[in-house]
Amino acid sequence: MAIDVLMPALSPTMEEGTLAKWLVAEGDAVKSGQIIAEIETDKATMEFEAVDEGIVGKILVAAGTSGVKVNEPILRLIEAGEDANAAPAPVAEKAVAEKAVAAKAAPAVAASTSAAVAVVSKASPDWPAGTPMKTMTVREALREAMAEEMRANPNVMLMGEEVGEYQGAYKISQGLLDEFGPKRVVDTPITEMGFTGIAVGAAWGGLNPIVEFMTFNFSLQAIDHILNSAAKTNYMSGGQLGCPIVFRGANGAAARVGAQHSQDFAAWYASVPGLKVVMPYSAADAKGLLKQAIRDPNPVVFLENEIMYGQSFEVPDLPDFTIPFSKARIWREGTDATIVSFGIGMRYALEAADLLAKDGISVEVIDLRTLRPLDYDTVLASIQKTNRCVCVEEGFPVASMSDHLASTIMQRAFDYLDAPVITCTGKDVPMPYAANLEKLALVTTAEVVAAVKSVCYR
Amino acid sequence: MAAKSTTPDTGATDGKKSNVSKDELLKYYREMLLIRRFEEKAGQLYGMGLIGGFCHLYIGQEAVVVGLEACTKEGDKRVTSYRDHGHMLACGMEANGVMAELTGREGGYSRGKGGSMHMFSREKHFYGGHGIVGAQVPIGAGLAFADRYKGNDNVTFTYFGDGAANQGQVYEAYNMAELWDLPVIFVIENNGYAMGTSVKRSTKSTSLYGRGLAYGIPGEQVDGMDVLAVKAAGEAAVAHCRAGKGPYILEMMTYRYRGHSMSDPAKYRTREEVEKMKAEKDAIEHVRDLLLGAGLANEDELKAIDKQIKDVVNASAEFAKESPEPSVSELYTDIYA
Repeated sequence: MAIDVLMPALSPTMEEGTLAKWLVAEGDAVKSGQIIAEIETDKATMEFEAVDEGIVGKILVAAGTSGVKVNEPILRLIEAGEDANAAPAPVAEKAVAEKAVAAKAAPAVAASTSAAVAVVSKASPDWPAGTPMKTMTVREALREAMAEEMRANPNVMLMGEEVGEYQGAYKISQGLLDEFGPKRVVDTPITEMGFTGIAVGAAWGGLNPIVEFMTFNFSLQAIDHILNSAAKTNYMSGGQLGCPIVFRGANGAAARVGAQHSQDFAAWYASVPGLKVVMPYSAADAKGLLKQAIRDPNPVVFLENEIMYGQSFEVPDLPDFTIPFSKARIWREGTDATIVSFGIGMRYALEAADLLAKDGISVEVIDLRTLRPLDYDTVLASIQKTNRCVCVEEGFPVASMSDHLASTIMQRAFDYLDAPVITCTGKDVPMPYAANLEKLALVTTAEVVAAVKSVCYR
Repeated sequence: MAAKSTTPDTGATDGKKSNVSKDELLKYYREMLLIRRFEEKAGQLYGMGLIGGFCHLYIGQEAVVVGLEACTKEGDKRVTSYRDHGHMLACGMEANGVMAELTGREGGYSRGKGGSMHMFSREKHFYGGHGIVGAQVPIGAGLAFADRYKGNDNVTFTYFGDGAANQGQVYEAYNMAELWDLPVIFVIENNGYAMGTSVKRSTKSTSLYGRGLAYGIPGEQVDGMDVLAVKAAGEAAVAHCRAGKGPYILEMMTYRYRGHSMSDPAKYRTREEVEKMKAEKDAIEHVRDLLLGAGLANEDELKAIDKQIKDVVNASAEFAKESPEPSVSELYTDIYA
């Protein structure tokens, strides 16, 4: 009975990949465990092993094909004497289960394509009108930012786990070791507290370290140095000892990685004076803000998101551009209500705004981009116009950024409000593993739509 | 005290065969006495309510920092814990600025915003002054990382106590310091007590320098009450680091005469133990005996030095009392560089 081999998911967030190379040809016998293909994900090229035995009856996807969706049949295995064009057996039970999981694993808005996101805004962007644009992923934007700053300043260096020879756990530092060498791209042992303390000392010693946390969940091992050593010393030294350092890495929920690997630390770090905290959404912001962060004389916590790494956006094609801190971006102008968000929360915000527009509700969408120091003026000006506000983030609800915004808006713009501010956050639970529960634990576009309708009394 | 010097080549430790000069001995005498008198004055000001919060005195341990500072050159860096007044005075920071920081005044090194545990001087390459036990150890390795990156031959002196020696990040720092050949000297000031817990009550591995051997870092135990032994060991360690051979560990066997902080009743040790140490091992008395015994100085010369030191310390106390409190506008300055 013929068996169809399906395109595998090779990482928690993989939705499609490139079939780089076949290592078998039609007519070859295949054994269980044999490497039959090389598959390129957005993070790495992986070898793919056969599970079942048989003869390669037909290669269904040619080598070099990109954009092959997870669970698409790529090769048909047959038994000796069987017709390669015979209909395959009903897909094995395991594959069905995997398919179901893969479909549900995607976050609520992950189904949206990775095509460039358009800006619906008359607000002036951070580069001159008429600037040529190019499409790139957030991952590429981050890599370009680091490479450009490392070329410009010999004291900028990167350290962290797997940043060098492995080319980055999430491929953000791919190619940097080759260009800058092991002196400036330093692979560390798995020792977050130690290498973070070393990086702080190196910053005081005159370097501009970029510390990559494989994910910000591991920054908790090092949070003492981020807060007590990096953030507070300029103040404690009467201004003598600023700490020019960037702490960056994946933050927040990825997909199906469980409670210990799925926490958003935006509100944690944003509560600490002495730190600057940035959480970009688009690739252009990721690039311009990371370059700004590397040049800043202060410790900057730069919060990325694994799900966003592969997303494409329009980025200005300029040899050098930065985006200033503390400047929110109005992604979409509107008159009926304001949604304030940041980072991956912007996906829910923009999707909700699209849906609400169809119902005749005009929503202004603000991306804070910098969480400390925060651009209160842009938020308050918008609320003076729309008189209604919904705050959106993926983090926990208690002591969230949204809580802080709601409190500030109440204290500074109470008379302008026509409805209470509503916060749409992740749920007050550790992140569950089960696909259906994980989806429920995150904020959803439907919740944002409902919240905006509620503040509009619709 | 089971201290030993493993650098016998100087022959200086017992003072008999010492070829140390009069000027050098007088320098150590002066520097150690400055620390002691300064700390005694700080204790007095604390009692008067002029110094608040935590205040950890260095009295008894003076030979460690004075001996090691004698091994430094311009560009070398130092970083230590919260028991930091002695380190600042020894590296040339002004008594006035240190005392005024203790009183929380504008004339202090951090303009009153740091306090006893948090003072810094870029000019003197003193990087604090850290209140989280052990945190300064990877920081010190990081300062050395920057020097190695820049390709100079500077060395960083990273001081910590026997208490910090049980923190995990110390060993994370050891591992990377040796892995990357960082020019850092880890100085364990083993005064026998981590606050109120003796070394024996906190570990069965009481040879603290020996723990570095697991990472490939050479080290030794030194009589930290003998400034000449400290100096000799420090020179060997510095030579090791400057030659690009990586880190070195010096475990200084020392003793603090006062409590852990001003509010420590020190019930965890006997009065006899403290008095015995003062009578038999005092670092300043040791140098005084060397000077007088070898006829290098007479009582009058030493008395003159005592008076000079007393004047410097009294002047710092006056400065620290008269310096105004920081302006209220300082509340919101220096948060960002």
